[in-house]
Amino acid sequence: MITLAHYIVLGAVLFCIAVAGIFINRKNIIVLLMAIELMLLSVNMNFVAFSRYLGDVSGQVFVFFILTVAAAESAIGLAILVVLFRNRATINVGEIDSMKG
Amino acid sequence: MSVDLILFYVFSVILALAALGVIGVRNSVHAALLLVLCFFTTAALWLLMQAEFLAIALVLVYVGAVMVLFLFVVMMLDINTEQVREGFIRYLPVGIGVAAVMLVEMLLLIGLKGMAFTAPVDPAGSSNTAWLGMALYTRFLLPFEVAALILTVAVIAAVMLTLRKRAGTRYQNPSQQVAVKARDRVRIVKMPSAAKPEATP
Repeated sequence: MITLAHYIVLGAVLFCIAVAGIFINRKNIIVLLMAIELMLLSVNMNFVAFSRYLGDVSGQVFVFFILTVAAAESAIGLAILVVLFRNRATINVGEIDSMKG
Repeated sequence: MSVDLILFYVFSVILALAALGVIGVRNSVHAALLLVLCFFTTAALWLLMQAEFLAIALVLVYVGAVMVLFLFVVMMLDINTEQVREGFIRYLPVGIGVAAVMLVEMLLLIGLKGMAFTAPVDPAGSSNTAWLGMALYTRFLLPFEVAALILTVAVIAAVMLTLRKRAGTRYQNPSQQVAVKARDRVRIVKMPSAAKPEATP
């Protein structure tokens, strides 16, 4: 029998893998974006599991909106990346320092 | 051990290995393809939970649209792999350490309480998709419309960001084309009909 704990633990594992990915791929912005997508996926998995096992539909509606916003986010993020590459000819995070803050 | 539990473990192992591959492989194209595998396996796991609408939506939206966008950008940009990979070994222990600590903390928080919920709760008298649709078009109608607006804004923003005008390129101006009047194109000239018809023999 698959319990709620199975899905939550799987979501936690996925989230931790994504956090490790952000730490070790600090220079590659495309893999950073992919790690963020993995994090969103693990959160979505928790939402769906809670919604199904507690009998509340709001969680699945929330997943629907997260999918929408994540699609918009990755579209704009990749567009910014293309413009950045066109202007600087690099996507190395270490060299994107024109706004020295 | 029941069949669905075996399937759950198989999909979980595939998902974890694919996620590790996404953050670990050297080639960004391979990372994107492994991320596709991640999304597909997650959709299968959601189908095991009988959340069928969201599983199909995940495959359609992510595998069909977002990951194609990712692959397109990865292949379009020329990435220097050696430069981008610097510091990979140096930050590896830090990343693994932080992730392990976070995982232990989360597992302690989850504890054993989740074991009490053994089966999905079925909505009264309808499928999960009908249940979701009823909620989406009644209680959540305004957020639904706002989501549509967000997608429109994202499309326009992405197009405007990547649009570029090169010098010397010929292009059509649609607003001028629409606003054109007939008198700009055709000039009617009145002139007397001076030529006489020739006499027929």
